[in-house]
Amino acid sequence: MSVNFLAILPEALMLLLGILILILDPLWKDEKRRLNLGWLTAGGLAAILVASILIGRPGAQSVLAWGGMVRFDMLAYAFKLFFIFAAAITALFMMDVDGISRRAESYVLLLAATIGMSLMASASDLVMLYLAIETTSIPLYVLAGFLLDDKKSTEAGFKYLLFGAMTSAILLYGLSLVYGFGGMTGFDDLAKQFASATPFSMGVLVLLIVGLGFKLSLAPFHFWAPDTYEGAPTPVAGFLSTASKAAGFAVLARLFITTFGSSAEQWQMILAILAVVTMTLGNLVALAQKNIKRLLAYSSISHAGYALMGVIAASTLGITSSVFYMLAYILTNLAAFGIIVAVGKTLGSDDIRAYDGLSRRSPYLALAMLIAFLSLSGMPPFGGFVAKFLVFFAAIQAGWTWLVVVGIINSIIGVYYYLTVMKYVYLYRTEGEDEAAHPILTTRPYLIAISVLTIGVVLVGTFFAPWFGLSTDAAASLFAGLMPK
Amino acid sequence: MQFPILSVIVFTPLVAALIIFLMNGERKNEIRVTALAAAVFALALSAWVYFSYDQSLAGYQLIEKYDWLPVLGISYHVGVDGMSTPLVLLTGLVMFTGVLISWGIDDRPREFFAFLFLLAGGVFGVFVALDLFMLFFFYEIAVFPMYLLIAIWGWKQTREYAAMKLTLYLFLGSVFALVGALAMYWQVGLNTGIYTFDMLAMEQVGAMAGMVTIFGYSIPFQVFWFLPVFLGFAILGGIFPFHNWSPDGHVAAPTAVSMFHAGVLMKLGAFAALRVGIMLLPEGAHYWQWVILGLATVNVVYGAFIAMIQKDLKYIIGFSSVSHMGLVVLGFATLTREGMVGAGLQMFSHGVMTALFFSAVGMVYDRAHTRQLAELGGMSKPLPWVAVAFIIGGLVSMGMPGFSGFVAEFPIFMGVWKTQWVVAIIASISIVITAAYILIAVRRAFFGELPAQFEGHIHPISVLDKVALVTLCAVMIALGVFPGLMAPLVELGVQNVLRLLGGA
Repeated sequence: MSVNFLAILPEALMLLLGILILILDPLWKDEKRRLNLGWLTAGGLAAILVASILIGRPGAQSVLAWGGMVRFDMLAYAFKLFFIFAAAITALFMMDVDGISRRAESYVLLLAATIGMSLMASASDLVMLYLAIETTSIPLYVLAGFLLDDKKSTEAGFKYLLFGAMTSAILLYGLSLVYGFGGMTGFDDLAKQFASATPFSMGVLVLLIVGLGFKLSLAPFHFWAPDTYEGAPTPVAGFLSTASKAAGFAVLARLFITTFGSSAEQWQMILAILAVVTMTLGNLVALAQKNIKRLLAYSSISHAGYALMGVIAASTLGITSSVFYMLAYILTNLAAFGIIVAVGKTLGSDDIRAYDGLSRRSPYLALAMLIAFLSLSGMPPFGGFVAKFLVFFAAIQAGWTWLVVVGIINSIIGVYYYLTVMKYVYLYRTEGEDEAAHPILTTRPYLIAISVLTIGVVLVGTFFAPWFGLSTDAAASLFAGLMPK
Repeated sequence: MQFPILSVIVFTPLVAALIIFLMNGERKNEIRVTALAAAVFALALSAWVYFSYDQSLAGYQLIEKYDWLPVLGISYHVGVDGMSTPLVLLTGLVMFTGVLISWGIDDRPREFFAFLFLLAGGVFGVFVALDLFMLFFFYEIAVFPMYLLIAIWGWKQTREYAAMKLTLYLFLGSVFALVGALAMYWQVGLNTGIYTFDMLAMEQVGAMAGMVTIFGYSIPFQVFWFLPVFLGFAILGGIFPFHNWSPDGHVAAPTAVSMFHAGVLMKLGAFAALRVGIMLLPEGAHYWQWVILGLATVNVVYGAFIAMIQKDLKYIIGFSSVSHMGLVVLGFATLTREGMVGAGLQMFSHGVMTALFFSAVGMVYDRAHTRQLAELGGMSKPLPWVAVAFIIGGLVSMGMPGFSGFVAEFPIFMGVWKTQWVVAIIASISIVITAAYILIAVRRAFFGELPAQFEGHIHPISVLDKVALVTLCAVMIALGVFPGLMAPLVELGVQNVLRLLGGA
């Protein structure tokens, strides 16, 4: 099969799946919609995942496809697998939320956003990159504001849209300057134009960092995140905080390592400062949160800071650790948001107090939550520990010891608020209620999703060699195409 | 292939935790029996390890090594030497008695035993780890269940505060040690071209610093990183001025967790500080010897004085742990054969002793619902077994000949005297103070008038409790009368340490 075909195989299949859903949807009876739509989307995505693994794996050589628009390499491949997986899990969670579970549009928008992310991961040209980012963002704006009769959801969608449009404009401006001075749009060609760092390339870098910083919710471009996560339907918030963030990382790694590899010293410093601000602000503000979704929003802001360390190290090991971090983080954070879906649905509240006595209501759900939160705080034997270990490891190799010290101090703050939440779950009780008699209601798709995630978190944290191998291949492919300095 | 006994020991509690989690939470007795079965199994295996260690061969034994992440030189690598073998046995003992003591826990026993076993699995893992990554991996596994165990089942008044304080202290220490460990990894790689977390390879590199500076870690490197690594771990050993979490943690924890905490977990800190700090960075140990010696002396004396003025029985034991763990670090810091053998014995002896103390205190508190010395009294009449056990523990604590405490403390003081006799004199003040607070506690809690409100309310302890007390007492007396059961073993471990330190 031709490279052109394989390079966009997952995207093409997802597009077909989306069309199939739109065709079938009017034919289904209303009461069957929820199950049919959800299972079709999740099952279809799972099939696409398997197909990509079986036939879509790129060789060791990184090749350009579609006239230089996209790159077919391990980095793109690894991230596409992450996105498809995250989308499949999100589809299962969406089946549990009234207001989006019966609407074909929501599933199709999810697929559209996933297509956009996949293209982001493989984009190798400025035009393609911008198109991919917009393809990702627009469906997500709609999804965040999907619950029209819920004021908070509408606000979430609007806020996300306004901030997104703003930073998108800044990014576009940066990209146009890159084109204006480089005279080309391909990442590799541009690398030659930017072979030496100039004050001008610094300016461009700043614009690009602002644009991508929004996607990654780096401080100080994070303002949209807490409000959007709080208001958006919970599965969508989970998807935003994981897959969408990972897509930003894929772009950041590819663009900065390949095109701006020569001015690494400049952007490393900018990113290091942003990482410090992001981690510290995210963790400190998270301490004061009373709403679990806002807490996770700030926690996910701080996690972007940790993951950034790998990119800052700018070595093969560094990118490897960032890719690994993203994998562990996607699994963990999706699990955390998944718990909120169920609790929010049964108890109708996202307040932390609603989690009082959760371990008596549903011991296994509480255990899943414990695993997710311990993994977020970086405890073994869960994925978060290995991920944090690897980014610190890579950063020390690259000589960023002071950044690692900031990172570990932050992770101690993190331990504090994650454990505080577990105190509500395991220790406190709801006044005057027999919790055991009122368990959290769960459905089959939900249980499948949460089990897959929990097992995944443990698996990534214990048998980490295969995942590390995948991440290494991804990182190596990024550096393989570089010109020798 | 030999039977992978160490792996089985590490995974027995972990698998048991998983099984217990999958059981029906309402069937409390089945859960307890399962827990007890796993604990007996682990105890039997740890005794087997202890007695199958071949003293004529010395060195690391029962080694198993499997690739974990070969690209980075991370492997699953376990083995025991003379230093860790007694600690494996200790963990088995505390796990067994801890389950017996916790029989009465009625609030979610499923979760309790599952978390307790996770903790035990982590502890076993650290004691047998020969790979630095693996050591950190299990170290953290041993720390976090502590938070839940104390916060959920602890003493209502301080549990939330104490649990969080403990977790943050320990996490802080371990991550700073982690940074040091990563720096060591890259340094070894840079100098030798071998990138590995294998501690057996790393200790050779560390020991070479004195001779071939190009090959080993340079001396300034060792001097710089020794303190974060050693102190990072020693926080869990309760070293001054980072000991503050420990008495609060002991007091707030439920009985079995206090036993684990003071009995085993603090050894974890001292042991890792020895393994990673002193053994991998020997030049650093030489350089900072006086600082560590000084801090440990403060621990020993200050801990004893603070224990003296406590009014709460459990706080007395908590601060006495700080004092006794100071002796362990003091023994290490002498960097002499006597001091280290004593420290190795003291780790075991103190572990058993403090487990006994906390179980005795727990039994008194469960019945009297108070631990204030002023409100207690006359407990020897309704609870004779507990009183005898507490007194035996007290004799061990004072270092009376015939008990394990003497066997352990005597060599430590010999080593200290050899290093610096002034320190020995200062530290020996603690012996007198220890005798004072133990005797006061015994008199006021167990003798004198039984307060009227307890009359008829103190029901006797169960058979299971008696089994636990007798087991612990028997071990201490056996070791006190026949020090040959353990001392030669520890000495083999010490020989290796001394070799790395460039002496002997």
